[in-house]
Amino acid sequence: MGGSPNQPSPTPSAANVSIKPDTLFSGFSLKNLKLKTKQQELLIRVSILCLVYVLAFITRLFSVLRYESMIHEFDPYFNYRTTLFLTEKGFYEFWNWFDSESWYPLGRIIGGTLYPGLMVTASLIYWTLRFLRFAVHIREVCVLTAPFFASNTTIVAYFFGKEIWDSGAGLVAAALIAICPGYISRSVAGSYDNEGVAIFALLLTFYLFVKAVKTGSLSWGLASALGYFYMVSAWGGYVFIINLIPLYVLVLLITGRYSMRLYVAYNSMYVLGSLLAMQIQFVGFQHVQSGEHMAAMGVFFLMQVFYFLGWVKHLLSDSKLFQVFLRFTVTCSIGLGALALVGGMASGYISPWTGRFYSLLDPTYAKDFIPIIASVSEHQPTAWSSFMFDFHILLILFPAGLYFCFKKLSDTTIFIVMYGLTSMYFASVMVRLILVATPAVCLISAVAVSATIKNLTLLIRTKSKTQQTGSSKATGSTKASSKTSLDQSPPFGRNVAAALLLGAFYLLSKYVTHCTWVTSEAYSSPSIVLAARGAHGGRVIFDDYREAYFWLRQNTPPDAKVMSWWDYGYQITAMGNRTVIVDNNTWNNTHIATVGRAMSSYEDEAYEIMRSLDVDYVLVVFGGVTGYSSDDINKFLWMVRIGGGVFPVIKEPDYLVNGEYRVDKGAAPKMLNCLMYKLSYYRFGELTTEYGKPPGYDRARGVEIGNKDVKLEHLEEAFTTSNWIVRIYKVKPPSNRL
Amino acid sequence: MAKLSIFLTFISLLPLLCYSFSPENPTDRKILVLLDNAAIKSSHSIFFKSLQTRGFKLDFKLADDPNLTLQRYGRYLYDALILFSPSTKRFGGSLDFAAILEFVDSGHDLIVAADASASDLIRNIATECGVDFDEDSAARVIDHTSYAVSETEGDHTVIAADDFIQSNAILGNKKIEASSSLWIGHTLNAANNLVLKVLSASPSAYSANPEIKLSSPPSLTGSAISLVSVAQARNNARILISGSLDLFSNRLFRSGVQKAGRSTKHEKSGNEQFVTELSKWVFHERGHLKAVNVRHHKVGETTEPAIYRINDNLEYSIEIYEWSGVSWEPYVADDVQVQFYMMSPYVLKTLSTDKKGLYSTSFRVPDVYGVFQFKVEYQRLGYTTLSLSNQIPVRPFRHNEYERFLPAAFPYYGASFSTMAGFFVFTIVYLYNK
Repeated sequence: MGGSPNQPSPTPSAANVSIKPDTLFSGFSLKNLKLKTKQQELLIRVSILCLVYVLAFITRLFSVLRYESMIHEFDPYFNYRTTLFLTEKGFYEFWNWFDSESWYPLGRIIGGTLYPGLMVTASLIYWTLRFLRFAVHIREVCVLTAPFFASNTTIVAYFFGKEIWDSGAGLVAAALIAICPGYISRSVAGSYDNEGVAIFALLLTFYLFVKAVKTGSLSWGLASALGYFYMVSAWGGYVFIINLIPLYVLVLLITGRYSMRLYVAYNSMYVLGSLLAMQIQFVGFQHVQSGEHMAAMGVFFLMQVFYFLGWVKHLLSDSKLFQVFLRFTVTCSIGLGALALVGGMASGYISPWTGRFYSLLDPTYAKDFIPIIASVSEHQPTAWSSFMFDFHILLILFPAGLYFCFKKLSDTTIFIVMYGLTSMYFASVMVRLILVATPAVCLISAVAVSATIKNLTLLIRTKSKTQQTGSSKATGSTKASSKTSLDQSPPFGRNVAAALLLGAFYLLSKYVTHCTWVTSEAYSSPSIVLAARGAHGGRVIFDDYREAYFWLRQNTPPDAKVMSWWDYGYQITAMGNRTVIVDNNTWNNTHIATVGRAMSSYEDEAYEIMRSLDVDYVLVVFGGVTGYSSDDINKFLWMVRIGGGVFPVIKEPDYLVNGEYRVDKGAAPKMLNCLMYKLSYYRFGELTTEYGKPPGYDRARGVEIGNKDVKLEHLEEAFTTSNWIVRIYKVKPPSNRL
Repeated sequence: MAKLSIFLTFISLLPLLCYSFSPENPTDRKILVLLDNAAIKSSHSIFFKSLQTRGFKLDFKLADDPNLTLQRYGRYLYDALILFSPSTKRFGGSLDFAAILEFVDSGHDLIVAADASASDLIRNIATECGVDFDEDSAARVIDHTSYAVSETEGDHTVIAADDFIQSNAILGNKKIEASSSLWIGHTLNAANNLVLKVLSASPSAYSANPEIKLSSPPSLTGSAISLVSVAQARNNARILISGSLDLFSNRLFRSGVQKAGRSTKHEKSGNEQFVTELSKWVFHERGHLKAVNVRHHKVGETTEPAIYRINDNLEYSIEIYEWSGVSWEPYVADDVQVQFYMMSPYVLKTLSTDKKGLYSTSFRVPDVYGVFQFKVEYQRLGYTTLSLSNQIPVRPFRHNEYERFLPAAFPYYGASFSTMAGFFVFTIVYLYNK
């Protein structure tokens, strides 16, 4: 599999690869052959790009080496399950798939509620490999899809960087993005999620659009529309594109940079992109009806008004008359637009913004109104440390790059500046959106690195040029930027420049070591298999999740319904092959709240709820024995909040003591007797977890539990995994004689 | 050769040996009768004889028999249990309180009779079945208005009760005269909706110790007092709890009865008929239903699909039979309903019957997708509960199941095609007409 991602590499590099062995063969006689400087440069550039391409792929393989070729985390399991379905049953069955195994008893229309881009991509790769007679399993394809697309992203980053600044910046951008932890966190092998493909699509769309604006060519516009289509098919984050591009156009209009090129690029991209995006079932008419997409439509109409005014101005020679006309038209169009917007909103034709969108603009919104969004850890506001963790030196280089971009303002640099600033804002609102900011940060930092290094090397070389005036041609080839930097060459000497250069290389090498360390230590854990250090320093593997899901698959009737908190829904359906009540596709808040209510009620009340949902088994995740902290007891307050959001009988203060959440003797009585507590701590009071501690000592929370004598009336323990991480209970049928 | 013939005989006898309670033949066959003393066997012989003539094999044992057991090698030896041992404090052998409840919970029937000497064990068994006897062990049901008239005035504890439950399924369709006995009163557990009063006391009755003068109002009064109760567990095991062991006795079977205040004196009390009819119900000779051959399919098709589409028209049918004691007869009723259920019934239809046991209906799947269930919840007084559910998903339209060319959309088709044509003409004119 290691070699496969190299096959479909884009044509320019592929063409050059074929030259490479030739030149390498005659490498020893390079001087004899007298390769022209340009050819030499091309050779070096292509070799660097190839190395970066391979590097981007292999740095993401830590997870496979450390664990095994497996799908990670939660959402990827759904993607894997659907991909499997797609490869087995074909596209039309996939498109019309009604899944009765999730969201029992509501079911879910899979085809209409997912972004199919990822699954189709993986299936196409799979079918291609099959066609080429590579007998691979679909799981291997899924595991390696994200690294493969990360490699492709480096190529796009190169071209984008070239477009913004020069080819040097492109190379640096490709190298930076190849190993940037912010991107790696979502694209290691096994992280088979939409984002893995979508970042590639995002950057490609932006690149093609920038190209279209630069050239004013309809074909580039069409290409960017196609890129946009791929992005829409792959990830809900396409909303970022469809808002950033209009914003960019608006900024260009305001700054007086309106041109025919912009008109062609935006209109072709918007119209074709909309038509294409509407073909995705999940998006459909939302693309012209929902509030998030209105900005793009508004800017589209504004462009037409702008163009119309320009045309009228061209016809009218009298400037006074034009002023009157301008006022009239602007008033009319603004009035009409506002009227249409208000009318659409009032009639419900234009749907309002979704909660997720609101929470981006107002970070406190979700916390107050939508606990289900706030409960997801990756929706939390970003801490400074995670910026440092994910960007490292890029965090310093980013402002420097912005400085360079402002220094040389053009349509392209304005775009990257806007992309960088908006995505930085979003990244600080939500942790997961660091991912979106990463390409921009890498590109802008690449500008800083490239420009700085170029300036410094030029400084060194100009000094040497004065001594030996031979190789002036080489520096002459590097266009205008070199001239500007030559003009303002700082007055310090060559040694200082060399020292600075060394410092830059030191920083960059630090970046590389940091990225590799982060990738290997933090981002390569599959989270479905847990690893810890044993008492003697050896590695201990907790494979409890898979143990539990395998038990479900083998020991429960095929139509059994399993209730668990929604985090584990996708995994239960994918690995346990059993029906779940709620899963990670959190589309129905009431249904999740019902489960939250059941978990936070007393056992007999919960039993009624479980009976009404035909629940056969209840699955809880418990870390008290192993010290695994992201278990259900620690998530429990969110269950209470989400349940209480719909059912006011559940009140958060009932589970707290003086605003403090505790499970020991001082815990609230309702807490000690609710279903989640009972299921987590059933029989735990008899167990000694740590030497020198009383029995029933919870290692995840570091306390002795308060209710050691847990008795279950309506449920019975069915299975507990070897490290107690997953506990499965069977719901008993109603009492025979009562 | 001899061995082989023995083996063959054994094999041929095997069906006979296996002739006991089964879903196909629900009537009980082997009954264990536990007695306090051997005298009861003769003093209640009419009742036992009637059971034996109906084909039951009775196995009489003393309640403290040390070899007492209900099951061997994990299989039950009996299909039903009669506890005519009210004063037993502890059973012999492996039989105990929990074993009896487990016996019931695995689908077997039970008759419990109490009397003035009822032990805690018997009371606890009754409590587990949803019936609470008066806590005062000396208390009797006293009724000063509808007591049974006898030679001596007595203390009005022998009561002629005729407040029977109105159910042909339980008591047959013949009128039963008042049955008289000395009763221990009990009440039904309010939380238990499976237990029924078959014979309740009159509104003027109360439960108290007749020897002592009442100092406080009696706790059990009026028609809340049950004299004989039955319960049908969720697994259709049937339980009879009688507040009197004498009810089954030959003496009261034979004696006449006259209710106080009434002039008519019946030569024979209703005891025998009451007890016989009730035992028929308890031992599943009556009121036992089965539902078979649940079928559903789209209208015009015969095979059962794995999934329905919204707005499909479907047909649903089910066959319901009643056990008559010897064979399965078609069950005829006009109140069997089917639900098409997803958290709440979306469709609720009464099934029509062809009087031969087949119930059917047809309806349209609602315009809602999800995982539905066909549910038949048939609970009628005295009959076994029919509770069937068949899960079936309902999917929305496929992408190619919508109508292709809508008449209402013709203006839009026209508009788009005319725009295209107009643009084409305009282009030609613009390019070539200089």
